[in-house]
Amino acid sequence: MTGLTRGSVRPNQWLRNLNAKIASIPMILTALVIFVGGTAWTVVYSFTNSKLLPRLKFVGLDQYERLWEAPRWIISIQNLAVFGFFSLIFSLVIGFVLAALMDQKIRFENTFRTIMLYPFALSFIVTGLVWQWLLNPQYGIQSIVRSLGWESFSFDPLYDSDIVIYGILIAALWQGTGLVMCLMLAGLRGIDEDIWKAARVDGIPMWKTYVLIIIPMMRGVIITTLVIIASGIVKVYDLVVAQTSGGPGIASEVPAKYVYDYMFLAQNLGQGFAASTMMLLTVAIIIVPWAYLEFGGGRKRG
Amino acid sequence: MDNLASKSALKRHEAEDTRIKAGPRGSKPRSALSRRNIIVYGTLILVAVYYLLPLYVMIVTSLKGMPEIRVGNIFAPPLEITFEPWVKAWAEACTGLNCDGLSRGFWNSVRITVPSVLISIAVASVNGYALANWRFKGADLFFTILIIGAFIPYQVMIYPIVIVLREMGVYGTLTGLVIVHTIFGMPILTLLFRNYFAGLPEELFKAARVDGAGFWTIYLKIMLPMSLPIFVVAMILQVTGIWNDFLFGVVFTRPEYYPMTVQLNNIVNSVQGVKEYNVNMAATILTGLVPLTVYFVSGRLFVRGIAAGAVKG
Repeated sequence: MTGLTRGSVRPNQWLRNLNAKIASIPMILTALVIFVGGTAWTVVYSFTNSKLLPRLKFVGLDQYERLWEAPRWIISIQNLAVFGFFSLIFSLVIGFVLAALMDQKIRFENTFRTIMLYPFALSFIVTGLVWQWLLNPQYGIQSIVRSLGWESFSFDPLYDSDIVIYGILIAALWQGTGLVMCLMLAGLRGIDEDIWKAARVDGIPMWKTYVLIIIPMMRGVIITTLVIIASGIVKVYDLVVAQTSGGPGIASEVPAKYVYDYMFLAQNLGQGFAASTMMLLTVAIIIVPWAYLEFGGGRKRG
Repeated sequence: MDNLASKSALKRHEAEDTRIKAGPRGSKPRSALSRRNIIVYGTLILVAVYYLLPLYVMIVTSLKGMPEIRVGNIFAPPLEITFEPWVKAWAEACTGLNCDGLSRGFWNSVRITVPSVLISIAVASVNGYALANWRFKGADLFFTILIIGAFIPYQVMIYPIVIVLREMGVYGTLTGLVIVHTIFGMPILTLLFRNYFAGLPEELFKAARVDGAGFWTIYLKIMLPMSLPIFVVAMILQVTGIWNDFLFGVVFTRPEYYPMTVQLNNIVNSVQGVKEYNVNMAATILTGLVPLTVYFVSGRLFVRGIAAGAVKG
């Protein structure tokens, strides 16, 4: 009798911890429906010939063939490569140098940090529009330098298709290097003071200490920063829309814009899906090795 | 009063004492104008000027009249200060056929940001609390998917979300956009709250359990009051993030609900009419004003927020 009562009181496996499960419903739905389901849906439909509406009529790799034959996509990829390469290099180098300067026990550290970081609070739209104005050939930097007497000076990136991507790069660096500086500074502050003392005792010059000792010690911070910058680069969209709208012509197009334009303006969904799948692939190429290094190999964090 | 003063004097004395005992600390004192100082401060000041210049140009341009802009240079301070561009940007600037200025976008952004911030934080904090204190089988798997999902480009998930929202009947409305912001804020916010709650002393939670408090009671009576700083950090992160969003605004809402960033872009980059650079710059500052205010007011907490937002590992 007692045994039977106890058995019936014993809570059902599914009802245990019920409140926590209810609280997790949004997370479970987001993870399964949007992140896994949505991604899988887009990848599957990238093999169809969907135009105005998604249709399950498979055409194999047609969309991808068309994608890689489209000049606009090729330019988008080239732009992304150039933009990505230079913004990685410059933001890491500038960010690190600034952080090293900030780490010299300087006065007004807070003021300098506030100044360097404020662009990060602004949206890409605001950033793009400000730099569109600064780089305006008629009134901006070019005209200032010319009015100073250098008549042949030419710096007109937003209207020159060969260098337009560098105009966008300048704006992106202005907006983002403050963040990199902050991350690097946190990394530098995490390094034991004794290392510096030992290096000083051994008479190693400062720059050598940085290059040979400090930077290798900051490997973790640098790699994490790298991943953050890189996954931001792949998503770059608003900045281009605001600064150049992809122009002149199609000279500053980027993949994220290609996806948006094909999905919502050109009503060629299949192309949009194929292009976004390529973006996913790019991110996977960046993330998977990092995740493996960081979380794989038995070393667990978190 | 006297007592206090002598006490602090004593303390100071003690501090000096230990300093002497420990020997000189820090690097050798240098003269203010050493070569090193000139290089360090010189570089930092140059960098600061570079960072501030665009803000300065924005403000200066927005205070000039168009004739002055056409003849002068963009760095020159205004000869005659006028606030007309600001009024025009706020109340008269045109997007397409509508000429009621940025004010509409501003109020749309407010109506988007306030519920999105509140709902996303409420959902994610409860979620992080469940993950930290009430783990159930499979919870970690979903959490891992959520974190990996934070790296997937939005473009991959946009269209399926459009379909889901359309099925729910909220595509194009503010409700739909709030849902989207809640979804994409979830990975980082959940991580933020989970880590914070996991760092609180466990005894507290256990004591409350022994006293018979349940899931929601513990959350409301114990966790919430103890976690105000992390809620502020989350709020800073979300207010700036959602206010600055462009892509979701343009994809998931109809033109009458466009947030401020989208409307700003439409005003400035419209091809019709004469370009009024002063109005454009006033509009740009107006759009940046909310996140800038959050940034300058919150100070160190902002840095903490973005560090949490950036280091997703």
